[in-house]
Amino acid sequence: MDAALDRIVEQVQAARVAQTRLDIRGGGTKAFYGGPPSGEPLEVAPLAGISSYEPSELVVTVRGGTLLADLEAALAEKGQCLPFEPPRFAQGGTVGGMVSAGLAGPARAAVGGVRDYVLGAKLLNGRAELLGFGGTVMKNVAGYDVSRLLAGSMGILGVICEVSLKVLPVTPATLTLRLEMNVATAIQRLNEWGGQPLPLNASAWWEGMLVLRLSGAGAAVRAAQAKIGGEVVDPVLAAAFWQGLRDHHDEFFVGALRAVAGGASLWRLSVPATTPPLALSGEQLVEWGGAQRWICTTAPAATLRQAAAAAGGHAVLFRATDKSAGAFAPPAPPLDRIHRELKRAFDPDGIFNPGRLVPGL
Amino acid sequence: MNAPLPPDAASRAERQREAVAALSAVLPAHALLWQSEDTIPYECDGLTAYRERPLVVALPETEAQVAEALKACHALKLPVVARGAGTGLSGGALPNPMGVTLSLAKFNKILNVDRAARTATVQAGVRNLAISEAAAPYGLYYAPDPSSQIACTIGGNVAENAGGVHCLKYGLTLHNVLRVRGLTVQGEPVSFGSEALDVPGLDLLPLVVGSEGMLAVTLEVTVKVVPKPLLARCIMASFDDIRRAGDAVAAIIAAGIIPAGLEMMDKPMAAAVEDYVHAGYDLNAVAILLCESDGTPEEVAEEIDRMLDVLSGAGATRLEVSKDEAQRLKFWSGRKNAFPASGRISPDYMCMDSTIPRKRLADILQAIAGMEQKYGLRCVNVFHAGDGNLHPLILFDGNDPDQLHRCELFGADILETSVALGGTVTGEHGVGVEKLGSMCVQFSPEEREQFFAVKRAFDPGEGLNPGKVIPTLHRCAESGKMHVKGGLLPFPELERF
Repeated sequence: MDAALDRIVEQVQAARVAQTRLDIRGGGTKAFYGGPPSGEPLEVAPLAGISSYEPSELVVTVRGGTLLADLEAALAEKGQCLPFEPPRFAQGGTVGGMVSAGLAGPARAAVGGVRDYVLGAKLLNGRAELLGFGGTVMKNVAGYDVSRLLAGSMGILGVICEVSLKVLPVTPATLTLRLEMNVATAIQRLNEWGGQPLPLNASAWWEGMLVLRLSGAGAAVRAAQAKIGGEVVDPVLAAAFWQGLRDHHDEFFVGALRAVAGGASLWRLSVPATTPPLALSGEQLVEWGGAQRWICTTAPAATLRQAAAAAGGHAVLFRATDKSAGAFAPPAPPLDRIHRELKRAFDPDGIFNPGRLVPGL
Repeated sequence: MNAPLPPDAASRAERQREAVAALSAVLPAHALLWQSEDTIPYECDGLTAYRERPLVVALPETEAQVAEALKACHALKLPVVARGAGTGLSGGALPNPMGVTLSLAKFNKILNVDRAARTATVQAGVRNLAISEAAAPYGLYYAPDPSSQIACTIGGNVAENAGGVHCLKYGLTLHNVLRVRGLTVQGEPVSFGSEALDVPGLDLLPLVVGSEGMLAVTLEVTVKVVPKPLLARCIMASFDDIRRAGDAVAAIIAAGIIPAGLEMMDKPMAAAVEDYVHAGYDLNAVAILLCESDGTPEEVAEEIDRMLDVLSGAGATRLEVSKDEAQRLKFWSGRKNAFPASGRISPDYMCMDSTIPRKRLADILQAIAGMEQKYGLRCVNVFHAGDGNLHPLILFDGNDPDQLHRCELFGADILETSVALGGTVTGEHGVGVEKLGSMCVQFSPEEREQFFAVKRAFDPGEGLNPGKVIPTLHRCAESGKMHVKGGLLPFPELERF
């Protein structure tokens, strides 16, 4: 073990003895997300570095405190990437934070989410035991898949000390198209195209305009463009647009942040892709082929939660000054019991990140 | 102990009476089997070397019946082993001699194929291939294709996180399942995942998929069905050296290509399958690679050219590209029939399933060749080379107890060597009962205890498929297996590579 890890282990042991709570912190770029952080900060940033990276194995193993920017730079050097485009809300975000938050960017519907790229992890549980799950190979069914459970767990199960991720080559060709249409048509078209062998990689609809990203072999992208039509967006502008969308710096999200400061709430609704347009007040941005709807609104939480649930999905209170309605919908029985028991199984003393994912856990 | 003690005959008969009485109250008479001649067909799964007779086999027909049966078993603390088609290769569906085998064979309906949403909702007992057949009219299919796809069920695929030959590009069962609906050990309805792309709270789907029936009983699965590629073509490449073939696999990936399929077989395996299916395999090759490309015709033409370049640069001695669909299927017929072909050249075989980093393919093959000498048994090899997932088939005669014993030692040696090379003891077949000992090598006592704690979070009384997957401390001590951290500890056999 090394000094950085030793210090983290000691802090967990001390918290256990003193029965205090720990707030696991990487870069602090997602402190706004989920339930409010509380407890003594446990800094994971010192646990940084790429442990191993072999491009021909399509696997990288990284320590939890490694800057996401550093990892992406190392991958880019070898022509590879994290295809799920994790958002970078600010500089300083870490790989551990990326896995804990489980958030993915514009390509999510086409390529899968964070969970789908996790191959293994080293977790420090609430008993201060350093445990390894999964591994560095593509296929592994030895024991329960605890490493993938960590994606989106908001740190409530333990400290992610190291993670192995599947990486992929950057696709050879990318093309962005713009098509004017209303939201109902956009959702319908996106689902129709989704059922055809087209290299559709990302989509965004806002204010009467559908923007599509095609990504794949050159020949496939050209064939798809001919089929879909629309106006080709300049590649530099297109790259900036998708990056802005991914990192929430684009016009919609900048406007949303301003509205949030003025008392509105930014909601993220995760629904089946075929869900028709949601009749809710406020600005809406539709991503993921229809499966992700961002809504900036002053409507009450219950309205959003009911609309999402009625569609077969759920609503996340993503950004708001008042989060008393809870960031996430609480798990229903019997999942609530399973959540409590799993929390106890990993963190019997309730040390880590209380309330970040589920109130009371 | 993981293996229950041989039950005393009288107490077993008493327990059987209790089980039959309780289940008769909630299931129709024809849905219960307990006479010896009726339960024999259930005594093993695809791992035939292990056999047990359950107290009772229950074949419920409705979800309400399954729920009532689970409640009855829970009240009596009767272990429950769910079972699909029984094609599993690790003994995951091996009956518990003091328990109930819960067959989901009657749950064989395809409930819905949603063309717009590109999903299919099917009951647990629906066969893997039947999903693709139902989706075919829409140009859609279910991507994971384990070799047993004609027979294996989606419920079993979920239990094992089944793979197949197209995983590198299209993912495992987990990546293609949206929702699993079922029952807890207490018979309560429960649902994991969603038709949306994520859920609030912990994402429990990855725990449930691959849990080998230890966490919940699956009744219904919603899967993604994806557009069928317009065209697929396959390259058959011969190599006169194993290491060069292994390096060719790495070279393809390093060139930024993700083939739809990338499979390898060694010379003895090629000979066995050629004799069986006459696929036109090069019998002089030391190793044969099958590399598939799929997509639009233009895309496939481009990728096939790039792969041919890489393969010839890597020293392939013969290259052949499938000219049409018939020839492509012919190329694959050999690979897909590797198991039955092995059955023709040996009275018995045992299939291993470890995964290693791709770059160690040649190392493990060399090690296996050494083990053939050490244990005095032959071994033929097929690989999902793209994923580093090995399927060595150890040939033996089960009528000779010594051969069976040597075969088990041989298999355990392959698994331990795989772990030492940085891999895992099972890539897609599951632990079941077969690899319990090897799990002691891969996981520390604390890690195994964490697994038990996960199980208890779902199943506090350990009623679902008890004794499988996670070895107890006691069992590990008894088997004398030592925990080896992947690739870190010195391993005596490694010196020979």
